[in-house]
Amino acid sequence: MAPSADIAIEPIAPIEPPAPLAPLHALPPPFTDSNLEVLTQGAEALVYKTTFLTPATPCVVKYRPPKPYRHPTLDKRLTKTRLLAEARVLVRCRKEGVGVPGVLAGDWDNGWLVLEWIEGMTVRKVLDEWADKVKRGDKKEGDDEMLGVMRKVGRAVGRLHDIGVCHGDLTTSNLMLRQPSSSTEHASPLFQHRGHQTVSAMREAAMDGADGSEPSPPQPQSELDGDIILIDFGLVSQTIQDEDRAVDLYVLERAFSATHPAAEPLFQKILTSYGESFKGAKTVLRRLEDVRLRGRKRSMLG
Amino acid sequence: MASVRTFHLPHYPAYPVQVALFKDVANAAFLRSQLLEANPDFDYAFLDATMILTPNHLLSATFLALHASQTSRTKTRTAHSELVFRLHPNNNIGESYRKFGISDTTTHLIAVKFSLTPNITNESVSKHLGEFVKGESVAIGEEGEELGIWCDVGKVRKVYKLGEEKKTKKGAVVNGNVEMDARKEIESVVLGMITLKGS
Ligand SMILES: Nc1ncnc2c1ncn2[C@@H]1O[C@H](COP(=O)(O)OP(=O)(O)O)[C@@H](O)[C@H]1O
Ligand SMILES: [Mg+2]
Repeated sequence: MAPSADIAIEPIAPIEPPAPLAPLHALPPPFTDSNLEVLTQGAEALVYKTTFLTPATPCVVKYRPPKPYRHPTLDKRLTKTRLLAEARVLVRCRKEGVGVPGVLAGDWDNGWLVLEWIEGMTVRKVLDEWADKVKRGDKKEGDDEMLGVMRKVGRAVGRLHDIGVCHGDLTTSNLMLRQPSSSTEHASPLFQHRGHQTVSAMREAAMDGADGSEPSPPQPQSELDGDIILIDFGLVSQTIQDEDRAVDLYVLERAFSATHPAAEPLFQKILTSYGESFKGAKTVLRRLEDVRLRGRKRSMLG
Repeated sequence: MASVRTFHLPHYPAYPVQVALFKDVANAAFLRSQLLEANPDFDYAFLDATMILTPNHLLSATFLALHASQTSRTKTRTAHSELVFRLHPNNNIGESYRKFGISDTTTHLIAVKFSLTPNITNESVSKHLGEFVKGESVAIGEEGEELGIWCDVGKVRKVYKLGEEKKTKKGAVVNGNVEMDARKEIESVVLGMITLKGS
């Protein structure tokens, strides 16, 4: 990475998720069109949902197709480096107990990575749906439920920064709110055919001395009760510079205000909770002030 | 006849995987000698069942071995030796065999056979293993859920350098749920480590 002080911080425009198209690229073997659902087709990566290891285990395949304008050898090397960096950080986060999808498989030479499926919604979607409810008068802007989600976001980012990892592309689409575990059995449309319980669910029922029928949750759970899972580590770096951490927060702040202008007060909650999440967090927040100032100057000049 | 379960890995439907579990195995030394002699009739992955954490632990190494073999990038002689190799976090083939492969004193055994040719079927494997493994065949269940029952989690943690198990708080009830959740956590890290192996 370039020295962090030189990173140009551009205002971030809201990016609409691309409409689902027919696949642009065929995935390399062994993947075929069957049992494959397109999730997104970004500039860097194509993301699909499929199954892995067992027909009942959903997963994500992330494929970085070759870039035709780059020299093939260089292209292969860059793809491999980025994919490996992403996979290594994910495994490291898992070891340290930071909420990220597990790595299930990968082939760096051929540009793909298989990740654990996270059942839930992106925080972007959560905020969109929230905004709709607020508009309809069903919910209030700063409800405790939503503040709770923001607190979890702040804590998740703090945990990540605490182990010396900067995400590099912290937007609300790269944060997921996991569906609370007791309700995950029914959700995914691709896998609704599966009529049986998972092994762990059966074991759970057996351990509880229950009869193996639907385990009943102790109390009605809110959809917003799940954990925050950080995804999309394609631009990750390992660093302990406060500047890098502050830039991560700044990117998130811009993403927030660009896509959810009314939700800006919610972002304050993220910062408060971030500030309490690890030892150096307060220093990062002070650094964030500088980063903002530079960002503002830049946009006045530009 | 031994109890053999056939797995069809998503994305490699053309190569079913035959898996069998045994306890009280009395002739591990013989089975191992057949591997060492490279007897083609004994082209199996013979694994020490105490080193397999969960079905996914075995299946992920199986997938990676099959994928390496199908893309001509194996580091070992066969898809079966590749599976043993793939389970270890480091690149040392001998060490992989010592830690995950059958030893002369192995009593709990997992046998894996890829159906790379049409003559290798659930039947043929069941018959062959039934004839040559002196031990009690154990059914592993529809999803292979019994594959981890003899796992020595401490040994597995050690090979993958995951450090000591966190002691549960005094007075906390240690039940099956907690144990399964802990295994799931280890499994997730281990799958990532064997994927990253050698790169
Ligand atoms: N592990 C996962 N589980 C569930 N959904 C995922 C997962 N990873 C990605 N997604 C979905 O796919 C989208 C794109 O994936 P991402 O990794 O962010 O790639 P990109 O580089 O294209 O942004 C995410 O915004 C999310 O909706
Ligand atoms: Mg993304």
